[in-house]
Amino acid sequence: MQSSVYEGGFAQPPVQSAAAFRAAMEAMARPGTTHQVTGGQAPGLSVAASVLLLVLCDTDTGLWLAPELDSVELRAWVAFHCGAPIVAPEQADFALGAWGDLPIGQFAIGTAEYPDRSVTLIVEGDWQGETVNLTGPGIETAQVVDLPEPSVFTANAACFPLGWDAFFTRGDTLWALPRSSQIQEG
Amino acid sequence: MSDYNFAYLDEQTKRMIRRAILKGLAIPGYQVPFASREMPMPYGWGTGGVQVSAAVLMPDDVFKVIDQGADDTTNAVSIRKFFERTAEVAVTEATTEATVIQTRHRIPETPLTEGQVLVYQVPIPEPLRFLEPRETETRKMHSLEEYGLMHVKLYEDIARHGQIATSYAYPVKVEGRYVMDPSPIPKFDNPKMEMAAIQLFGAGREQRIYALPPYTKVVSLDFEDYPFEASKPDKACDLCGAEHSYLDEVITDDQGGRMFVCSDTDYCASRRAAGHRGALAAEDAA
Repeated sequence: MQSSVYEGGFAQPPVQSAAAFRAAMEAMARPGTTHQVTGGQAPGLSVAASVLLLVLCDTDTGLWLAPELDSVELRAWVAFHCGAPIVAPEQADFALGAWGDLPIGQFAIGTAEYPDRSVTLIVEGDWQGETVNLTGPGIETAQVVDLPEPSVFTANAACFPLGWDAFFTRGDTLWALPRSSQIQEG
Repeated sequence: MSDYNFAYLDEQTKRMIRRAILKGLAIPGYQVPFASREMPMPYGWGTGGVQVSAAVLMPDDVFKVIDQGADDTTNAVSIRKFFERTAEVAVTEATTEATVIQTRHRIPETPLTEGQVLVYQVPIPEPLRFLEPRETETRKMHSLEEYGLMHVKLYEDIARHGQIATSYAYPVKVEGRYVMDPSPIPKFDNPKMEMAAIQLFGAGREQRIYALPPYTKVVSLDFEDYPFEASKPDKACDLCGAEHSYLDEVITDDQGGRMFVCSDTDYCASRRAAGHRGALAAEDAA
């Protein structure tokens, strides 16, 4: 346990986080497109989720961990590599968990004057999804993705410019769905 | 090897800027506040663009900087050298070879492609600022989508000049929601903002970052009877003969002599290399 806390960070943080951020930025700018990242490994998390924590979280950002993946080892890893305080859902800038474990209604969605003061979800792992069509900023015509509970995402998009944004992580790949994407079921 | 961290800024600052960029991309056209840092250049020289570029650059990027379309002006040269030294990235003057392009007040004539990032230097990010100086009020106006004042301004243009006289920093509406200042690009460039590349806007002194994902709908504000017009001087480039590029007027003597040349130096040079010649090109070659 002791050693795993200090491992799993970037060997060359400035260069590796730059490459990983570009992947995350392309993902957020082109909803539904998948991108590969490398270099991070937190206890019990996918490579992609670990990398997102390394790139985006620090002492300024509250992190909420789903109880199902919360552990002494993970908290120690976050404390050592990011320094992010572990907070309640209402205070979270980032929330990490499997889709079913995220209390969506409790997270911040921003205010009318500051819609950026909202949570970014990092959704881990697999789920039983439905195929939907995405349109909107970042998508030339349409993008097909699998979403868990599309109605939740539709409701989130209807709040625009309020709402949360989500990264989906599995293994070393990630993709993103910002609040600006319109969702057509079918 | 430089003594600076990669791309000058420390990692915590870059994380803060990167989070702002992601929020900006998620809410196209909305100005995200960020904790702008002092940079080793004065405000007004592109500190916002430089900070965004520093947060975005990777070691294998190819970096291009333009100032009013030109690669060889003081501002462009010094920013390009800055990142050559602190990030050790390759640099280019060719639009097609660049992966990250930092720009002051122009969009390159050559259409940008997927995988490219265009970083704008922005002096005043708030399109409503000259109509309403209070930040608390403009923020409220954005939250309520209260943009009537902007249309009044454009209407007063018509009442006074017979046409919409705003020729640069022409306000746009993004995805039908936020009115955004496209930075002081000529309105000729406004239609190009619906592009395949990612567009990031950094305002250092004003501490704002905003963004446009690819293919975002960007509509220049206008009226049904006075539609938006992407105007330019009604001339062809005197060096390369281009009729559809944005032109600078250059005074050549004190007898009223003048010439029009492409503002995009890379576009003009590559056209001349391909054999295109304008009216005054022979003198130029001699």
